[in-house]
Amino acid sequence: MDPTIRVQEAPFDLSAETAALSAGRVDVGGIASFLGLCRADDGLEALVLEHYPGMTERAIAGIVAKAGERWPLTGCTVIHRVGRILPGEGIVLVLAASRHRVAALEACAFLIDWLKTHAPFWKREEFAGGTERWVAAREEDAARTREWG
Amino acid sequence: MIRVLYFAWLRQRTGTGEEEVSPPAEVHDLGGLMRWLSGRSPGHASAFAAPAQVRMAVNQEFCGPDHPVKPGDEVAFFPPVTGG
Repeated sequence: MDPTIRVQEAPFDLSAETAALSAGRVDVGGIASFLGLCRADDGLEALVLEHYPGMTERAIAGIVAKAGERWPLTGCTVIHRVGRILPGEGIVLVLAASRHRVAALEACAFLIDWLKTHAPFWKREEFAGGTERWVAAREEDAARTREWG
Repeated sequence: MIRVLYFAWLRQRTGTGEEEVSPPAEVHDLGGLMRWLSGRSPGHASAFAAPAQVRMAVNQEFCGPDHPVKPGDEVAFFPPVTGG
């Protein structure tokens, strides 16, 4: 497996990234995806995502490697945006490809749970009127990650 | 010299994203560095006022407050992560 890992300001293309995981090969039986979107809760105008250049990419690579040890993946893509993201836009894309659906679906869920709790990104919410607030980590997310063992 | 990076509200409170520091020899772990850095400015004191809310890394690996620090290290302080 040769994963695609990118941290970028630009939007990503779900269709193109999905197609890339099976292009030129006939051993891929399924591709599971998670697309995280920016919601407009409480009048939110934008999310601003910050990361730790270098460590973030390393942390994602480590999480993808863990998934690769647990499930027989034929491919994997993690793209996480940083900078200013507007409601309705994509924040994160996780794709897991395998010969069979169970591995793809489980690996995809594992990847997003681990990314939420172990990849250095921080979200700041901007609201109408100029107020802002840092998003707090949720114990529920940490508990989900612990369940993977 | 130790290179110290701050992210999210720790960056806002300290007023800097990055600084080079030379703590005294008795500062030998992350917890000690955090306490020493708190004395640098009121902003630093505010950033580290709730140590339970601060996560840390040494040379781009997550570490706990007992992890040793030495000259040449890259140390980062940040809130619990909220990506995804």
